Amino acid sequence: MDSNLLEVRRLKKYYPITGGLFGRTIGHVKAVDDVSFSIQKGETFGLVGESGSGKSTTGRTILRLLEKTEGEVRFQGIDVHALNRQELRALRPRMQYIFQDPYSSLNPRVRIGEALGEALLDHGLLPQTQVRERVLEVMALCGLAPYHVDRYPHEFSGGQRQRIGIARAIMMNPDFIVADEPVSALDVSIQAQIINLFAELQEQRKLTYLFISHDLSVVEHLCTRIGVMYLGSLMELAPRDELFLEPLHPYTKALLSSVPLPIPKKKRERIVLQGDMPSPANPPAGCKFHTRCPYVKDICRQEVPAFREVSTDRFVACHLV
Amino acid sequence: MNALVEIQNLSTYFKSEQGVVKAVDALELRVHEGETVCIVGESGCGKSAAAMSLMRLIPEAVGSIVSGEIWFAGRDLRKVSKEEMRKLRGNELAMIFQEPMSSLNPVLTIGEQIMEPIMEHQGLSKKAAQARAIELIELVGIPRAKEIAKSYPYELSGGMLQRIMIAIAISCNPRLLIADEPTTALDVTIQAQILDLLRKIKDEAQTAILFITHDLGVVAEMADHVVVMYAGKVVEVSPVVELFEEPKHPYTQGLLRSKPVLNQRRAKLYSIPGQVPNPTTLGESCYFHDRCDQCLDICRVKQPPLRDGGDGRKVACWLYEEESVRGQ
Amino acid sequence: MASTVSEVAEVTRPEQVALRSSLWHEAFLRLKKKRLAMVGLVFLLVMAVVCFIGPFFSPYASGKINTAMINKPPSFSHWLGTDSLGRDILTRLMQAGRISLTVGIASMVLSVSIGALLGALAGFYRGWVDQVIMRVADVLMTIPGLPLLFIMGAVLSEWKIPTDYRIYIVMVMLSLIGWPGLARMVRSQMLTLRESEFMQAAEVLGLRDRRKLFFHLLPNLTPLLIVVATLNVGGAILSESVLSYFGLGVVPPTPTWGNMMDAANTLIDFQKRPWLWVPPGIAIFATVISINLLGDGLRDALDPKQKR
Repeated sequence: MDSNLLEVRRLKKYYPITGGLFGRTIGHVKAVDDVSFSIQKGETFGLVGESGSGKSTTGRTILRLLEKTEGEVRFQGIDVHALNRQELRALRPRMQYIFQDPYSSLNPRVRIGEALGEALLDHGLLPQTQVRERVLEVMALCGLAPYHVDRYPHEFSGGQRQRIGIARAIMMNPDFIVADEPVSALDVSIQAQIINLFAELQEQRKLTYLFISHDLSVVEHLCTRIGVMYLGSLMELAPRDELFLEPLHPYTKALLSSVPLPIPKKKRERIVLQGDMPSPANPPAGCKFHTRCPYVKDICRQEVPAFREVSTDRFVACHLV
Repeated sequence: MNALVEIQNLSTYFKSEQGVVKAVDALELRVHEGETVCIVGESGCGKSAAAMSLMRLIPEAVGSIVSGEIWFAGRDLRKVSKEEMRKLRGNELAMIFQEPMSSLNPVLTIGEQIMEPIMEHQGLSKKAAQARAIELIELVGIPRAKEIAKSYPYELSGGMLQRIMIAIAISCNPRLLIADEPTTALDVTIQAQILDLLRKIKDEAQTAILFITHDLGVVAEMADHVVVMYAGKVVEVSPVVELFEEPKHPYTQGLLRSKPVLNQRRAKLYSIPGQVPNPTTLGESCYFHDRCDQCLDICRVKQPPLRDGGDGRKVACWLYEEESVRGQ
Repeated sequence: MASTVSEVAEVTRPEQVALRSSLWHEAFLRLKKKRLAMVGLVFLLVMAVVCFIGPFFSPYASGKINTAMINKPPSFSHWLGTDSLGRDILTRLMQAGRISLTVGIASMVLSVSIGALLGALAGFYRGWVDQVIMRVADVLMTIPGLPLLFIMGAVLSEWKIPTDYRIYIVMVMLSLIGWPGLARMVRSQMLTLRESEFMQAAEVLGLRDRRKLFFHLLPNLTPLLIVVATLNVGGAILSESVLSYFGLGVVPPTPTWGNMMDAANTLIDFQKRPWLWVPPGIAIFATVISINLLGDGLRDALDPKQKR
């Protein structure tokens, strides 16, 4: 499988819960719990889930912004979590991250031009004299005007800031970008602009995205394959059309039927889930979804369903499928 | 039929470092008994400011209502005394917010916070209020009501807290419930629960709801009537089905086209070019003209009035004016 | 109404283009709008100019003792009267101001430098560096400041340090007392900044430590440092006054506002000759108040949350 740009194998990220007089570890928050998937070159892989499902933690652990607990992340064959500081630093330009909140991810005291060009300089990728030219070129590509170069982050609107975030990510010509809810904070009209920008850049630069979002309609629009996460684990993984037209996992079905459609008076079968997502510190035994699943069976309460391939490239973790 | 809420020519201005911001600019709004009206628009369009003006909750340091009338059940809320207004709030006029966590007091139990308005407005004894609180918690669909009444806000999830906020809001059988982005901070599966609950309340108690949201999907599910706002102005008013089937204002059209819809994939999303204008530098032009793909000459120099089309729809756009009116 | 709004907008526009030059400029413009802070700033500037230049125009600058003019109330030739050795109070007040302001500013510079450096190191590297620095700071902070100063002052008197040097030693003493609080503040700010999302972004870009520290972290600390430094000057002036009042800081004949207040020590001076102690009292009071007003104004003006 040499077309796989990224391979995630049995990745786990646990946070210890400490308690007692001596701060002993008394449990773990299983933010990411045994997640495996791979991303092919040039595709957009979507990770969807509700807040607390561990999708962002997965993204951050893949780029080693967080240290893993167990498992393996291979990027172009390189074991990301086995690198030392220097090697990791050298790998950084090839994999980038786009944050949900472009404002807090930009240093308020650094002008945009400097924020965009600094990494090129710091890695010695371009001589000083050519940096500005390259910055302006990428800014234009992302729909920013040349005079923006000397401005500070607070002088921009939300949409423009996200353009800056994207420009910064593509500045060093990466192969892979993790985009963490990049359009969630934006208004609809601006959201469409940014979604289109993502698509255009992918086409021009042969980028591979890991697109993390809670918004299923955005994910459907952008992604080629999608993984659905719940409580730190993947419930279902499928190519786009199959997932949206014929979801297999009850959670995916419920998720899809919960999205309000901008079509008034449309009657649809709706599955309204009862209750809340349980705490990842104390996940239910057996299938993690069984506490809210409308089709729950005895086996679901006892055995963890395997995440298995049910047809070509379709994976699902459910006893009933 | 007389409307429960009738807002005429309401303007609320905010002060800012850069100058005056017309947060709400000559707003017209009508809500009938038992009806849900959605105000939809993007951030900064004045939809929340409109609701806060109606509740007379605009802090003086931020800004003030400069003109207009707010009729609620036969009274002009701009003219009633502060004391009367206080009696109305939480009683006939109730409100729920986007962040339930920050609208609840962290050191009081859930039960105490539900009891407070009941004892205040309905003069119930402590015991009766307690019983009513538990009844309300059950009504908003939370099991184990007695336990929940004794818990503190931090022990509950966001979805549960929003249910509690709704319980507090409906505790005095309000005639109008204002919901300001009540599901924006929640996940879709929880949002579906809350929307169901609000619909149930509306059907059972005939409560009028003024629902403020940026999500067109939520609008389609909840609204009877829709008010679209842009840069402080109402640009379109319409019954919900007509609005989605045949949006009139170019902004409404753009909004609907730029939203990706489940199971309706398009190669490329339409996007409204540019961005919302700086609210301190608005001139005499139509505020949308520089983003509009059907802009006329007159749009650049004169604001269109909100014109009643006679079919229950109103639109503020020169495209729908007679040739004689718009041609100089 | 509409026309006035657009006029306002048009007037401010070109100005905004010009001041885009820097964040500091913007902060200064915001500061200019804070009336109380500006009153403080102007007062301090006037005070500094008067203290540093005033004595050159005074006929009594030599500070000679004049037995014929002991304890005279304010008059035309001595605007604020004379002291127990017949010296002109106004002249001494200005000379004292030089010393007090110098001591205040110098010990601030010293303590801020020490505190900022140590706090930044502790917050950036954490681990044992953090442990060592913060434990030293903790120890210094557990000892109450004034008694410590008194002891040090008493030791100085015991060692018979020449008066000319005492003023420098007082500065060092004050900054030794001053730095731990500042170091803590800088450290905690540093820890918050480290975890901020823009530092995560810097990590994603694979920037070097040096760049993270000097280009991203320190510039974000400067506003805090400026505010704290300003407020520190006031504190240092007060501490110096207290020390000198008790004769443990700068000692006569070198005048400071604190040792001039010493006149209030005797009942007869306190009751009958207010010109001896009221002027230095007012000078201390007004200076410290001005510094605090300026500090508060700076805090608001430099707060990044203020800009949108």
